[in-house]
Amino acid sequence: MTDLLTPVLTADWGTDRAWTLEEYRKTGGYDALDKALKMAPADVVELVKESGLRGRGGAGFPTGMKWGFIPQDNPKPKYLVVNADESEPGTCKDIPFMMATPHTLIEGAIIAAHAINAQQAFIYVRGEVLHVIRRLRAACREAYEAGYLGQDILGSGIDIDLVIHAGAGAYICGEETALLDSLEGRRGQPRLRPPFPAVEGLYASPTVINNVESIASVPAIVRGGHEWFASMGTEKSKGFVIYSLSGHVKRPGQYEAPLGITLRQLIDLGGGMREGSELKFWTPGGSSTPLLTAEHLDMPLDYESVGAAGSMLGTRALQVFDQTTSVVRCVLRWTEFYKHESCGKCTPCREGTWWLVQTLQRLDQGQGKDGDIELLLDLCDNILGRSFCALGDGATSPITSAIQHFRDEFEAGMHTPSSELFPPAASMLFGDRSLSLSKGSS
Amino acid sequence: MTLSDTTKAELVELGSRYPQARSALLPMLHLVQSVEGNVTNEGIEVCADILGITAAEVSGVATFYTMYKRRPMGRHHVGVCTNTLCAVMGGDLIFERLKQHLDVGNDETTDDGAVTLEHIECNAACDFAPVMTVNWEFFDQQTPESAIEVVDKLRAGETVQATRGATITSWREAERVIAGFEDGLVDEGPTAAGASLAGFEIAHERGWAAPSYEASTSSAGEGGSAGTDGTGAPDGVADTKQEAAAQADTSRAETETAIDDSPADTAEEGNDD
Repeated sequence: MTDLLTPVLTADWGTDRAWTLEEYRKTGGYDALDKALKMAPADVVELVKESGLRGRGGAGFPTGMKWGFIPQDNPKPKYLVVNADESEPGTCKDIPFMMATPHTLIEGAIIAAHAINAQQAFIYVRGEVLHVIRRLRAACREAYEAGYLGQDILGSGIDIDLVIHAGAGAYICGEETALLDSLEGRRGQPRLRPPFPAVEGLYASPTVINNVESIASVPAIVRGGHEWFASMGTEKSKGFVIYSLSGHVKRPGQYEAPLGITLRQLIDLGGGMREGSELKFWTPGGSSTPLLTAEHLDMPLDYESVGAAGSMLGTRALQVFDQTTSVVRCVLRWTEFYKHESCGKCTPCREGTWWLVQTLQRLDQGQGKDGDIELLLDLCDNILGRSFCALGDGATSPITSAIQHFRDEFEAGMHTPSSELFPPAASMLFGDRSLSLSKGSS
Repeated sequence: MTLSDTTKAELVELGSRYPQARSALLPMLHLVQSVEGNVTNEGIEVCADILGITAAEVSGVATFYTMYKRRPMGRHHVGVCTNTLCAVMGGDLIFERLKQHLDVGNDETTDDGAVTLEHIECNAACDFAPVMTVNWEFFDQQTPESAIEVVDKLRAGETVQATRGATITSWREAERVIAGFEDGLVDEGPTAAGASLAGFEIAHERGWAAPSYEASTSSAGEGGSAGTDGTGAPDGVADTKQEAAAQADTSRAETETAIDDSPADTAEEGNDD
């Protein structure tokens, strides 16, 4: 039985200057690269397959299998793109990771590029994180200077280049085909599939796109072996992951544990909910994953269990809200976010999120009309599965799940503003509860 | 203002970092902002000339992304997260108070040109809610009072330090780093701090750790099969696309789960669009 918390990715977060090559090398940094470059690419793919590593960006698809989809007989160049566009509300693991230990990600990216025979890799990082971008750029420069990137890496005859590419503010670019369009210097709008990125991705060439945490797990797998990795986690969800706890808890933060820990265990580790607070609802994997309640506190947080509960593990973005919080207010705000971030390409999402916001605003202000709840559900039904990409689908998740669990609060929206039912000051984290919020916030 | 030859050379250099120069358009527009204070018409024309595309194509990109500004910006950009979690934890009140204090609305600049205030979406620091940013540096766990103190210092030209990051420079200087040029401040600030270390500290207090690398008897690269079924992945973990699709917890990652059209099978069909 492994320990409740198992820092691997976060193991060096307490080390001074862990972002430098000098510190990274002290704990075995780039040893995995040396080892992997002596392996045939197909053997690296096989190792990652054997480890059971599944994508950490949300879907949980086996990483090694994804690498195996790259058609090696295709004469075009192969590309590796690391998705570091962390923007899903509640998700806050990759940003502190890249700030603390950017070399782990770069080492993982070089190994992954080798595995798929790519000579060019990219890290697409969101633009709104200046210091993370600084750390990535410096780490990339150091890796070139040390001969871990560029021509004939460590005398292996292998050439790999890496570009740190900053985005410019668009949630949709976390969607992998929108990210590719953005990386080609276009508006970030998703592409029709097929063709799939593994066949025609960046520059219409075979491309693997992986989340930061997936790639960052690779050096540890190379060093520890697949059995070591698979010794952590549950039957079908292997390894360690970062859980991000936020909201009305005593100790929000990043907790690295084997897959399968429960929300109750995580909250208890940090001393419980904030004073006088009771869990009302939470998201397991960001705002695009259906809300859960206290009933799900003891559910193992692995891909299978959360899926069986009707939600998704997603990015393990555990946003916790207590009894002071209006679910209608929260759902309205998330929906405003999806409306703002809708890329405009498809009608169900572009128009649907607009109508959802109009309807939710009425309910939030206590001016809902008869039939508004049915209208919301009908709108969601017309978006889910009919939008071009997952953004539209995700926009419906908080709404349908909130109505399922808290329908009475939406009914109260026919006559009472959410701010009267749940005064916003009571939900705030800073002390003075006499502070009140003027009506309307934007 | 006219873009200097130095800037034009830097724009060209950004393009040379990529297999195809157009990939540099986002960084190039960041650089234009850093020099001009916003994305100007001239900047758009110059980018279009360098990349051999139309100004309309560049405008289409410049207007799609929220970080690009078409109006002159203040010396500093102050962002307040009002996405749900930060809003509920106090971000809404902080944004209200800052608007009153600075006498500006959303996306407006103070009379002295010091601060442009904007409410922003989730900036991936939810464990530090409520979150504010200055020139895209983190200011964690804010209160209305602390936020007002920061903007007052910015307006007075005093030195301000990010919670997890470097000394605040200016929005334009930040945009230059984002575009692709280092500014020498990488070694300021901590490895990690505060909430980031919650689990790390608890693990240390209790003596918890991952199994050591040596604990494993297997060694990488020997091609041994972990699963007793001898097909690659460990028992329980998918060996086939069909199994992987059934196990992947979302139907939304179409790329990975639309098995009938899986990439390995569509190499021949890829040109029929």
